[in-house]
Amino acid sequence: MIRVALLYPELLGTYGDGGNALVLVERLRRRGIAAQVEVVGINDEVPDASIYVVGGGEDGPQRLATDLLRASTFPARVRDGARVLAVCAGLQILGTHFAVEGNDTFAGLGLVAASSSRGTQRGVGELGVRVGNDVLVGFENHGGVTALGPGLAPLGRVVRGRGNDGALDGYQTDTIWATYAHGPVLAMNPWWCDDILTRVVGEELAPLPSVADELHRERRRALGL
Amino acid sequence: MTRPLSPRERLGARAVRALNRLSRVLGRGSGTVIGGRAGLVIAPTLLKSLASGRQVVLVSGTNGKTTTTAMVAAGWGGDVATNETGSNMPAGHTAALVATSHERVVLETDERWLGDVVSATSPRIVTLLNLSRDQLDRASEVRQIAERWRQTLRTYEGVVVANANDPLVVYAAELSSHVLWCDVVTPWRSDAVSCPHCTRALDFSSTSWSSTCGFAKPLSLTTTTLPSLVVDGVVVSLQLQMPGAFNESNAAMALTVVSALQVDLGAAAQRMNALSSVADRFALRRLGGQQIRMLLAKNPAGFAALLATLGRENDDVWIAINARVADGRDPSWLYDVPFEVLRGRRVWCFGERRLDLATRLEYAGVDFTVAANDEPPPPTMGVVSLLANYTAFQDWRQRTTA
Repeated sequence: MIRVALLYPELLGTYGDGGNALVLVERLRRRGIAAQVEVVGINDEVPDASIYVVGGGEDGPQRLATDLLRASTFPARVRDGARVLAVCAGLQILGTHFAVEGNDTFAGLGLVAASSSRGTQRGVGELGVRVGNDVLVGFENHGGVTALGPGLAPLGRVVRGRGNDGALDGYQTDTIWATYAHGPVLAMNPWWCDDILTRVVGEELAPLPSVADELHRERRRALGL
Repeated sequence: MTRPLSPRERLGARAVRALNRLSRVLGRGSGTVIGGRAGLVIAPTLLKSLASGRQVVLVSGTNGKTTTTAMVAAGWGGDVATNETGSNMPAGHTAALVATSHERVVLETDERWLGDVVSATSPRIVTLLNLSRDQLDRASEVRQIAERWRQTLRTYEGVVVANANDPLVVYAAELSSHVLWCDVVTPWRSDAVSCPHCTRALDFSSTSWSSTCGFAKPLSLTTTTLPSLVVDGVVVSLQLQMPGAFNESNAAMALTVVSALQVDLGAAAQRMNALSSVADRFALRRLGGQQIRMLLAKNPAGFAALLATLGRENDDVWIAINARVADGRDPSWLYDVPFEVLRGRRVWCFGERRLDLATRLEYAGVDFTVAANDEPPPPTMGVVSLLANYTAFQDWRQRTTA
């Protein structure tokens, strides 16, 4: 059984972030692989899971979620190799620190060498990121600028929008995938979802044609990519 | 007594009339924004002068503004000026006040503009319905709006009619000197999980909510606890034609407003009961041989409320989704809508973002058909429900006839 843990959707669910957990699970089930979403509420212990999904949220909820995660088993699990998909605020939370109201700095979980400060203006709009031979498409809405420390690879190169800093978006390690494309980014990018699932399941997955492929093609066309 | 307009303001008012007439003649929409905008450029004080000496009620919140505005206008009775086309920013307000000189004014007001419109119109009553996620790619995030409302209302001296079941609304209104709280059904809580004061988790019971810091649901003047609606001690009988618990909540708040305006509640309720649709929301329209029930839903809370009104039949449902500026250009919110309740029905996907909708429905396990070229299927017997977001709804008003 593949368990997808959706962390604190009450705090980190501003943009339909629960969609990522749904898409991960449904793309396994349709291939006959047992999978389920475990919703982890703010009063729950962080359970054992095959992958954790950390979504986006506003400043106050982002701080609260960071403190709750800091006090939980989550950091130790990630250091031990637990897999994580982090989008938007989630991307910042896993890093060393991030900016909050009034340009104060707030300590992140320090799980990756990514530090986020406040940009001069918000990055709002369509985001396109070249990842390997494909293009990740999505929507971003954030005020952060994220710098990656040495040894931390970006997810890809920005071809539309801002991402981390106008040039690169997100980061990835053997076990962590992060992007500023917020909300249900996996819904628009079934190929990326399947890349992640291949790592989670540990085997090649059968092709799964669906209307999501059409959606991805349409969004690429819409961005001229 | 209305303040006389200055020469500059008179020029502005003439520009509003002329441009709006031109805009209507040219078929460029209902013509309320362009004229109002020009009028405010010519005379920035125009809205303030037009509002002076009139009795103004403002209605704001994420969902239900247009309907509640119509309900307040109907309940108040007599000649009432309103921005009935839904142009709910100062340009639209200016156009509405240029169009008539009625003393009674009800203005639907965009959440982000409430502070400006309060200072321009000195309203007698400000009505705060609810706050939830909506069009997040262009609006401030929802808590920032609550904070801005709070700063506006702490110095506002008129009456606030506010939803006691929405913690963000309570946060916004609690510093105001004269609040009439309304205990109305508010199922959407996903945006008020953590306390706006201390950020800790809010504790919700079936009838109340509170935070460990002491922030809690206030005592209400208006209660909708079944079986009866009570406004300031008066039991009111409502038989609305418009469906849904959300419209009962809108009506309860509208009645609280008219009660504060000293209107007889029984007569006001009868006038509100007579409303069958507002700007084609809930209207029955036709396309070819097909009857269509027009339902507007712009965000997750609105969609959830409308889906709950569809009943248990397994009729086809049509859904149309756009993502233009007025809709919010990011359709991520589709994943916050509980489309799973549509399992067992067939959904036709329309609109410029019909593939986003189709993908959402596929993952929800709902049967769907993507309308080729956005064209409807052959007509069927009976009425189909069309749920559409903002610009898609306007498109379908154009495509259909009464």
